[in-house]
Amino acid sequence: MTNNRAITKSARGGGRDTGLNDTLLARTLLAVRGNKLLTHAGLILFGLAMLYPLLWMISSSVKPEELIFREPGLIPSSVTGENYGDGWDALRHPFSHYFFNSAVITLGAVVGNLLACSLAAYAFARLEFPLKRMWFAIMLGTIMLPLHVVIVPQYILFSELDWINTFYPLIVPKFLATDAFFIFLMVQFIRTLPRDLDEAATIDGAGHWRIFSRIIIPLSMPALATTAIFTFIWTWNDFLSQLIFLTNPDMHTVPVALRTFLDSSGQSSWGPMFAMSVLSLGPIFGFFLAGQKYLVRGIATSGLK
Amino acid sequence: MTDTQVRPPVAGAQKRPPEPRPGAVRADKARKKRRRKEALTAHLFLAPWFIGLLCITAGPLLASLYLSFTDYSPIGGAHWIGLENYTRMTDDPRFVKALTNTAIYVFVSVPLQLAFALALAMVLDRGVRGLAIYRSVYYLPSLLGSSVAIAILWRKMFGDDGLFNDFLGIFGVEGQSWIADPDTALGTLIVLNVWTFGSPMVIFLAGLRQIPPSYYEAASIDGAGKVRQFFSITLPLLTPIIFFNLVLQLINAFQSFTQAFVISGGNGSPADSTLFYTMYVYNKGFTSFEMGYASAMAWVLVLIIATLTAVNFLMSKYWVFYSDK
Repeated sequence: MTNNRAITKSARGGGRDTGLNDTLLARTLLAVRGNKLLTHAGLILFGLAMLYPLLWMISSSVKPEELIFREPGLIPSSVTGENYGDGWDALRHPFSHYFFNSAVITLGAVVGNLLACSLAAYAFARLEFPLKRMWFAIMLGTIMLPLHVVIVPQYILFSELDWINTFYPLIVPKFLATDAFFIFLMVQFIRTLPRDLDEAATIDGAGHWRIFSRIIIPLSMPALATTAIFTFIWTWNDFLSQLIFLTNPDMHTVPVALRTFLDSSGQSSWGPMFAMSVLSLGPIFGFFLAGQKYLVRGIATSGLK
Repeated sequence: MTDTQVRPPVAGAQKRPPEPRPGAVRADKARKKRRRKEALTAHLFLAPWFIGLLCITAGPLLASLYLSFTDYSPIGGAHWIGLENYTRMTDDPRFVKALTNTAIYVFVSVPLQLAFALALAMVLDRGVRGLAIYRSVYYLPSLLGSSVAIAILWRKMFGDDGLFNDFLGIFGVEGQSWIADPDTALGTLIVLNVWTFGSPMVIFLAGLRQIPPSYYEAASIDGAGKVRQFFSITLPLLTPIIFFNLVLQLINAFQSFTQAFVISGGNGSPADSTLFYTMYVYNKGFTSFEMGYASAMAWVLVLIIATLTAVNFLMSKYWVFYSDK
């Protein structure tokens, strides 16, 4: 501490000795600051350009229908909630119905992934069993498996079970740890936890279930949060499997309903459609704001470490 | 790939005494019993995953391989037809079109996306204030990009009276409907994928953090300029991450479905110009219920992705630099 201070003092003193150094320093500082301002201006401008389409959609959703494509620019000259009311009741059911369906599926998927993936992750990270490397490799392999190659047999299986047009095909697989990506994420996390705690608990007579539920799970909250947030966003956005397994309009979710809206209204009623689109992105935006830390950490660590 | 187990299976195994002492046999038995018990516990923890593997992932994977050699449809059942589905693809102009579209989409949009991601990560890594805010703003589109809502927005934005034409109007350029023109419709989808450069950018940022600042200090003392530093330090040390992003984004892009499906109204219009591979698989499997043919196409997709990934890994020897080797 004192050493450091001494060094900075002498460095400052060195700068004060010669006037030449001083102006040079000032000039460099100015140049750096100018450079920084320019960087910020560029970054802000670029960020605005990226967000502009979103802002345009939001602003269009509160404009009266006749103004949407007449009036460029973001600030509406008159504001109306009409589009939201029209859009809400545009389809067979009010949009609350579709939001409810999406919420049920998303909640089920989050709970399923948290439970099943953490169980599997504990086994891979902490337990020894025959053929462990092989199973682990298979698990990694399923991460890259395209949905398209398994969806036909899945469809046949779920029709046999009479599960088409129920939420089961979208929730039950999550309870079977089919989102292997999250197993991998949690294995990586659990491996970083010190084993001393497990060993101490074993000496105290705790079994694996106790170690898992009392030690590993409480310590793995960051990984669980990342899993929950990503599962939420992916399931909320998911379209293909909902399109295939939910054909009855009563069971439609928000994305499928939006697509029906688009196909049924053709070129008219863009205002209401934008309004419902904005609402459909609301929950994702909320989770994004609430869970930024976990999102960034999730992508940065799961990929690299 | 990261390895599962480097440490020996049982900690006591190496400490085994050279000659059996009276108690050793009993201890060995106890150890065996403990090991068996642990394996049993592991299988219980893995039980849901095993069932999922059998019924939802690996099982269906093999089932679709079988179906790909049949003419399966939900009504007609399955009859073995050998390689007919596979030979049919070569004569199917829509299949060839779908493959071409997807290849153009993947090989144009992914490099562009990664270039944006790397460039922005480089700028943000230079100690810019408010890094967290910029990172969030640039990352947001990655989260929203695959949603139906954004596809609807895109369809309108590049439509006749959309935002893009308003923008062109500023420069006095006469616009058109970019979605309805077969020459430009695919381009709008490429723009959409480039727009989601945020998630590779976050990975690049994490990678840039790992490069020790002392490397740059040493280089600048030796008189290396910024450009030289980029090509001699940043780029080589970042190659593993570039490689990781490349593999990940290629796999993702090959499977993209929602945007093209929604923007084209589900059929790849105009003139099949946005007919994506996955969309054609969906249309064959779930619109005309030729599920045998759809399975064959899905398997070809798996082979394409696997080959591409393998080629990537083989090529990586020549350009990816691992500093710990």
